[in-house]
Amino acid sequence: MTVEFKEKFIEKILLLIAFSSISILALIAFFIFGEGLPLIWKIGPKTFLLGGRWVPGQGEFGILPMIIGSFWVTFGALLLGLPLGLACAIFLCEWTPPWAGMILRSAIQVLAGIPSVIYGFWGLVVLVPLVRNYLGGPGLSILSGSLILSIMILPTIISISEDSLKALPPSYKAGALALGATHWETIWRVLVPAARSGIVASIILGMGRALGETMAMIMILGNAVKMPSSFLDSARTLTTNIGIEMGYATGDHRQALFATGVILFLIIMFLNTLAIVLSRRRVG
Amino acid sequence: MRINRKRYLTQNVAKILIWMAALSTMGVMALIILQVLSEGIPVFSPRFFLDSPRSMGREGGIFSTIIGTIALTVVAIVVATPLGVGTAIFLGEYTREGRISRVIRFGIGCLAGVPSIIFGLFGFVFFVIYLNMGWSILSGGLALAAMILPTIICTAEEALKAIPYSFREVSYSLGGTKWETVTRAILPNAIPGIFTGIILGVCRSIEETAVVILTAGSSLIIPTSLFAPVRTMSVHFYILAREGISMEMAYGTGAALILLVLFVNIVANWRLNRYIRKRA
Amino acid sequence: MSLRNKVSIKEFSFYYGSVPALKRINLEIRANEIFAIFGPARSGKTTLLKSLNRLTDLVYGARHTGTILLDEKDIYDPKLSLTQLRRRVGIVFDLPIALPMSIYENVAYGPRLNGITRKKQLDETVGKALRSGALWEEVKDRLHTSALRLSGGQQQRLCIARILALEPEVLLLDEPCSGLDPISTASIEETLTRLKKDYTIVLVPHNIQQASRVADRAGFFLNGELIEEGTAYQIFTGPKEKQTEDYVTGRFG
Ligand SMILES: Nc1ncnc2c1ncn2[C@@H]1O[C@H](COP(=O)(O)OP(=O)(O)OP(=O)(O)O)[C@@H](O)[C@H]1O
Ligand SMILES: [Mg+2]
Repeated sequence: MTVEFKEKFIEKILLLIAFSSISILALIAFFIFGEGLPLIWKIGPKTFLLGGRWVPGQGEFGILPMIIGSFWVTFGALLLGLPLGLACAIFLCEWTPPWAGMILRSAIQVLAGIPSVIYGFWGLVVLVPLVRNYLGGPGLSILSGSLILSIMILPTIISISEDSLKALPPSYKAGALALGATHWETIWRVLVPAARSGIVASIILGMGRALGETMAMIMILGNAVKMPSSFLDSARTLTTNIGIEMGYATGDHRQALFATGVILFLIIMFLNTLAIVLSRRRVG
Repeated sequence: MRINRKRYLTQNVAKILIWMAALSTMGVMALIILQVLSEGIPVFSPRFFLDSPRSMGREGGIFSTIIGTIALTVVAIVVATPLGVGTAIFLGEYTREGRISRVIRFGIGCLAGVPSIIFGLFGFVFFVIYLNMGWSILSGGLALAAMILPTIICTAEEALKAIPYSFREVSYSLGGTKWETVTRAILPNAIPGIFTGIILGVCRSIEETAVVILTAGSSLIIPTSLFAPVRTMSVHFYILAREGISMEMAYGTGAALILLVLFVNIVANWRLNRYIRKRA
Repeated sequence: MSLRNKVSIKEFSFYYGSVPALKRINLEIRANEIFAIFGPARSGKTTLLKSLNRLTDLVYGARHTGTILLDEKDIYDPKLSLTQLRRRVGIVFDLPIALPMSIYENVAYGPRLNGITRKKQLDETVGKALRSGALWEEVKDRLHTSALRLSGGQQQRLCIARILALEPEVLLLDEPCSGLDPISTASIEETLTRLKKDYTIVLVPHNIQQASRVADRAGFFLNGELIEEGTAYQIFTGPKEKQTEDYVTGRFG
């Protein structure tokens, strides 16, 4: 009797632990929304989302420039990161002498381990001057930010794409080769399309990572609050908006930063759900 | 014949491009590491590690930030490990695939994608203000624990999944209860995998900046209690570099940061291999 | 061999999902005999063995009808302690599964769960079990090295010793010699015949020859049905059913 009781008790404890783990997500949502939503209601969702002016001193909170900034930076990062990442994933699965694969794999591990502030710093001291001297503009720009981000999201894109390529049954490859396709045609016309839902999931997760990066972007983007008009312009993203001003904001201003967090949270949750659904389909 | 030639030409071009992609990835990694290390390592000296920063970090060393880093990481791991491993055990051993496990798994997947600045905001309103713990080691450690929890859960679950079904069968057949089976036949064999997750958590805690700056503050004083504010190496590095206080010190701190993360990884791999060899 | 019934299987059917793996089995197993359960692959032998100590409970979605009695007591009685049942009815699987720990710890696993923690008592139990499992001489100098370094035959005898350490009443052996060389097989068979006086043994033999060498009685299974049972001599020399005869004489399938 006591043994059964103990087992039941342990089971309940574990259930409790599991639920407290996910209740963190609920807590996060509750507190971020609790702080942010009142301000959004106060000034109106439309003014908040589509307003072009962010002047906390005068109570003007429009985050459109930050939304656009986030979009540009993320788009730029994917533009470079996706082909590079996919190429590396292919490199790891096909064609590669094992030693080269091993070197690349450890390089990616190191890349994944480098703190994001170091990326930001390196961008600041190496990349920004290069952009300023050769392409003009302030150097602290969307271009520099995208370049750094594209490196930062590489590990995510590579590892997930590689997994989905590796998960394909060997018969795909054998079949295509037997039909007389070259190795490259097999990869490009058969393997990559077959692994596409995994690759798309890797893009979405990479996007989430890019959208969420804060410290490195504060150091490189220049942080100007204005609609960017070219890749060489300075910009501000949703995350950097929070990161820069959180240190001294009070009252409505602080709430506006939480409201920025609300928007960021919603975008990320949407992307996450998409990625989870996609990867579930791959398994099923 | 011509068509064939063209197809093989395409193949060769693709091959070259893919090699270039791989080489440039390795190259960028080497560039970043070498640049920071070559400028940073000359700054190293015993005093750099054993003195606390003076005049905002322009002089002195980084001792108090090392303490801060260790303190936050320890709190984060101590809190996140039991929660994470417990959740993984519940998911892997105590529940069938069904509504409950799907909800939990979905929640964890979402938590894994939440950007660190959001964890920072959350830690700030919840721990710092709502629970009135102030900027402190405890607030920072708890916020970090929330951040690394999904990593620990996922790796622990993978580790449990890798244990053969037959071990469970053997343990039950010898009269083991579920909990006895978990603690004696399964967990000891899953330790390497769980440990990997913990190491990933350690690395993320060490390198995290956004969360820490919002929840643990940036005090340079050596902490004396869990409720004292601290500055970690990452935060120190960020402040030095961004406010242009001292490039020299920034490079030194950056190099120390990179070496620390690499060191943790290497030691972890080595210990793991030893553990595995000892049991085999 | 006594004539007391140790295990009585009554109208027992077992389903994984909706497919029946066992169909209305009626069978008595007597105390201190070796009963051989044989038949072609997927005839339900393993399922029957695992039903006897309710290891089948681990399979999600499985269910059963009818019942099984151990010493006249229903083993599916909800008040019965599952861990007690599994200590009384021990099982050895077809592949030797040594847990990745030392030889000593493998054998001590069951007794420890049973609450024996005193070092001296544990040492005695482990030593005795290894001796009855005919493994003692080979491993007595390296009890604390990993069990995974033993050969396949030694590992299987370790699994037997591990069960014996619990001093069960019934021993279930599911093809304990599959994958073993003839010398290991002989050594295990010898062990079984010696154990008979203390235990009731249900054996899924490796092949017909093995069954005829060691079994007292036998039952032939086909597609989840018990086709025929009787003394080993009768079943292997003069089976009543056509299907049994075909199988025994190798004309099957
Ligand atoms: N865990 C399970 N889930 C679903 N079906 C199962 C499971 N285990 C066994 N079965 C099915 O039950 C039937 C009987 O299987 P069982 O393993 O009892 O046969 P067996 O006589 O031991 O065969 P073998 O000689 O191959 O060991 C088979 O059709 C098998 O596919
Ligand atoms: Mg079987």
